Amino acid sequence: MTRGHFIALALLAACALLLPLATDDSYILSLMIFSGINAIVAIGLCILMGSAGQVSLGQAGFYGIGAYASAILSQLFGLPVVAAICGAAVLSAAAAVILAVPSLRLKGHYLAVATLGFGEIVYIFLNEFGPGGPSGFGDIPPFSAFGVVITESRHFAWLVWSVLILLIIFSLNMLNARPGRALRALHGSETASSAVGLDVVALKIKVFVLSAIYASIAGSLYAHYVSFISPSSFALFYSVLLLMMVVLGGITTVWGGVVGAVLITLLPEPLKAFEELDVLVYGMILTLSLLFLRRGIVPMITERFSSYRENRSA
Amino acid sequence: MLEVRDVTKTFGGLRALDNVSFDVPHHSITALIGPNGAGKTTMMNIISGIFPPDSGSVSFHGVTISGTSPSKIAKQGLSRTFQHLELFSDMTVLENVMVGRYIKGSSGFVASGLHLPSVRREERENRRIAIALLEDIGLAGKQGELAKNLPLGEQRILEIGRALATEPVVLLLDEPAAGLNIRETRNLGNMIIGLNSERGITILLVEHDMDLVMRISTEIHVLNFGQKIAAGKPEEIQRNRDVITAYLGEEDS
Repeated sequence: MTRGHFIALALLAACALLLPLATDDSYILSLMIFSGINAIVAIGLCILMGSAGQVSLGQAGFYGIGAYASAILSQLFGLPVVAAICGAAVLSAAAAVILAVPSLRLKGHYLAVATLGFGEIVYIFLNEFGPGGPSGFGDIPPFSAFGVVITESRHFAWLVWSVLILLIIFSLNMLNARPGRALRALHGSETASSAVGLDVVALKIKVFVLSAIYASIAGSLYAHYVSFISPSSFALFYSVLLLMMVVLGGITTVWGGVVGAVLITLLPEPLKAFEELDVLVYGMILTLSLLFLRRGIVPMITERFSSYRENRSA
Repeated sequence: MLEVRDVTKTFGGLRALDNVSFDVPHHSITALIGPNGAGKTTMMNIISGIFPPDSGSVSFHGVTISGTSPSKIAKQGLSRTFQHLELFSDMTVLENVMVGRYIKGSSGFVASGLHLPSVRREERENRRIAIALLEDIGLAGKQGELAKNLPLGEQRILEIGRALATEPVVLLLDEPAAGLNIRETRNLGNMIIGLNSERGITILLVEHDMDLVMRISTEIHVLNFGQKIAAGKPEEIQRNRDVITAYLGEEDS
């Protein structure tokens, strides 16, 4: 890990630690929790899109599987929450393999459409067969581990951001080592990748599974936080929102996912001043940022910074 | 050691390769030459597994490799470069070579994410080998640069470096001198001779630059319109009437 990553992690950890101490406002804490949950899904999508060059419009499906499976396993089957989250992750991983094997032979738009179809299937499935159907179900047990039950928002915020930070560290380590290089190579040239012995299909399946597990963990955390879930939270709109997060933040680095997730989660708040026009302004801001921040916020900032340092040293 | 037997490949109505056979002996520098459209790159793509032959076979150490995947062929010890460069252009020079080390490593997603000691050891070792390789091919000073920012000549050398990182038994070079100037081509020739004599790597070379081919090859096979028209030592090929006709056209007499 480079010094830049280390500083960013330290800053993130400090914010995550101090913000819940600075406020009692449960609304602010809930925004922080949702930012963290979205960021977990977004960094998975960043690895999938930015490093491996695969597009997914179905992350909401894995997020939904994570939420429903964990909720059902813990509430109806009485499993410990941590075990339920792990079980949900295994289920999401299995779904990812089933989706990936046929569809990763597709490229670009076709793959995007296949994942979009997957997201829709999960959504319809939850509506038809999920407990409570379209109206969802509640009384999902709160998160607990080793006998400690987390009910307070402040503690849950720490939990979510700890998971996020650990996953960022995991991702950075992975991307800086053999598998990460292979993924970036795949993005650069599949022909050359296979010529040096990379198993292109196996690598794509693995990274797809990884991003599905991230989404699943986030979905599980969501379910145990809100304690009531319904299919509408896992519709196509959420997949599109995730895409917005990573594109806005920048897909080439996991930090782009974090920054994008926080911004998109918080953006509706100041827009409430516009009342009915908020959706319009929201759309305008997103369109403009895509026009002027084409490569995403984080890559643009880091490039500015490094060119500034080069100029100074020259 | 590498045996090509009766390979035929058609694209639509075009017969790109027609019953072509040849051997690449151990430790040789074998060249495949011929006018444009003779089927040389098609042959390279068949040997490296990008597509299978319609009929015929390619075997390596007596094992048939045609019809398997490029990555399996690479793992058996055949590595290649591309006529139209296929570098990982947004990765650094060092990273390009380290991707070439992939098949020699074993660290998976989980172990790497957890930064286990075994991963750290493997990374250190691979980095050391990759840097040593870059020193050998004269790119050590550029290891931090993005591959796409190198001049063409160095990009070609880097592709060879990446292929070498897989520790190949046979190196397939598809027009490595294309776009290089005279001095760069001479250095490339010396480098290929060095790889062959010092590292013991068998070379199969497709090349248009006749000075280079005649200088470094031990054996030459000539293709024309998908058919093999001649084979022999450089001096034999230079005197071969069929070859001269293929390259220069029929003499009016």
